[in-house]
Formats: sequence, structure tokens, C-alpha cells
Amino acid sequence: MTMMNPYDEERLARLLRTLPPAPEAWVAAAQELPRARREIDEIAARADADHEFRAAVTADLEAALAAAGYEVDPSLLPALRARLESV
Amino acid sequence: MSLGLIADADLVARCRAGDQQAWAELVKRFSRYVYAITSRVYRLSSHDAEDVFQDVFARTFEHLDELRDDASVRPWIATLTRRLCVDKLRSGGREQLVEEPLDGVGTDDALGELDEAMAIHDAMRTLPEHCAEILDRFFTRDESYKTIGEALDLPPGTIASRISRCLSKLRKQLEGRKPRFQPSIDQ
Repeated sequence: MTMMNPYDEERLARLLRTLPPAPEAWVAAAQELPRARREIDEIAARADADHEFRAAVTADLEAALAAAGYEVDPSLLPALRARLESV
Repeated sequence: MSLGLIADADLVARCRAGDQQAWAELVKRFSRYVYAITSRVYRLSSHDAEDVFQDVFARTFEHLDELRDDASVRPWIATLTRRLCVDKLRSGGREQLVEEPLDGVGTDDALGELDEAMAIHDAMRTLPEHCAEILDRFFTRDESYKTIGEALDLPPGTIASRISRCLSKLRKQLEGRKPRFQPSIDQ
């Protein structure tokens, strides 16, 4: 390992190339995490308090959510199912 | 001050307070870093890299309150990402790969180089208008002068000179900082 001065153009260019952007969809999904968590928390709380709603989401999650007016991103359904199983 | 310019510690504090825009900025700020660790250092498949990427940010979101020093969020995320990458490799029976050199660069050196690259990205955030974007588009997205010119509404013939000027400005920003890592010439 050699210490030398450092930021010639070639080295800067090489270092810049080491950090390409992550796929946009991955970034967007991670950015939506707080909203998604809130949505899951809200639905789980309702399922816990409302036995009729709980029976509906257990029988057919997507149909029950649509009937109740929730527009849940399909990518959240596995996490929501797992959460509802623990309610 | 724009969220893009605030220090890591301030950004973490805002995230902890429930600021959704701050969280979006935190993800944006560290997304390349996490992606590079998963894909470049540990060479996970795209599918595994995506799993780790989402898991890193989910755990960051859940455990932000446990961070002892808000300014240390980057090494904290790095450690978390490494651990999840190793777990992913272990679950796929590829554990020994973690200890093998990658392209002649050991894992620690590769991570040191990513830290150096992150410091450069930090410095880029303070450059004048268009500079960061021009450098990013040219060097990391491999876009042509024509594409960059069209995207930024600039004459393509001026892009090369702008890249050169922006690199000079970036070097000035970085002057006085000690590089933590300098690869040997045989790499």
C-alpha cells in the first residue's frame, strides 16, 4: 500500500466508476419503506380489532383489501400476510 | 439547506423524527454504497443482492434508534451489509468465497476503496450546478456527450470541457484530504 497524492484524473475517474447507481426500483422500494410499514401496521391493527375484517383478509387478502378501500402495493402482500399471521 | 447537503448525523436525526423525505435521501445517499458492497465486493447474484439491499434498509429503518453515534451511520450500514452478504453466501454454501481475493483486491481493501469513492461522492454534492450530474452521467453511467447534453440541455460540444472543469473543481474540493487507500500499481 502506497501513500501518494492522490486525486489525479485517472484515479478520480476509476473511483467514480466503483459506485454505479443501484437499480431505480430497488431504491424506490427502500424509500417507500416507512409508508409501507405504516400501511401494514394499520391493516394489522384493524384485523386485530375487527373480527369480520380479519376473517375476510384470512379468506382472500387481496379481495378484502380492495373491498375495504386499501390500495396496497402487490410487493407488500407477502410481508402483510406474514404480519397478519402473527396477529 | 437542501437535504442532499446536510451531514449524515443530521440526516439520521431527521429520519428518527419520522421525516419521510429525509429517509428517502438517506436511502439515496447510501444506495450505491450498499449496492457496490453486495455486487462488487461480495459478487452476489442480482436476486441475492436485491434481497440484501432491501434487508439492509429495512433493518436500518428498524434499528436507527440503536445507533450510538449518528455520524457513524455509514460504517454501521457497511458492517450490516457485510454481515448480511456473508449470511447470504453462507446460506447458499458459498461461504469460502468471502475470504477469497476479488480481482486481486481483498475484501477489506475493496471496502476501503468504496469508502474512498463515497468520500468523493460526498465532495461532489458541494460542486456547482450540473457538475455532480455531469461527472456521474459520464463516469458511472457511461453516457455519451450527446446523451448528457440532451439530458441537461447543454451543447454536446461543451461537455468534454465541462467534465474537465468539474474534475478540477472536484480535485480542489478533495485537496487536503488524506486518501485512506491507495492501490498498488500491480492491481
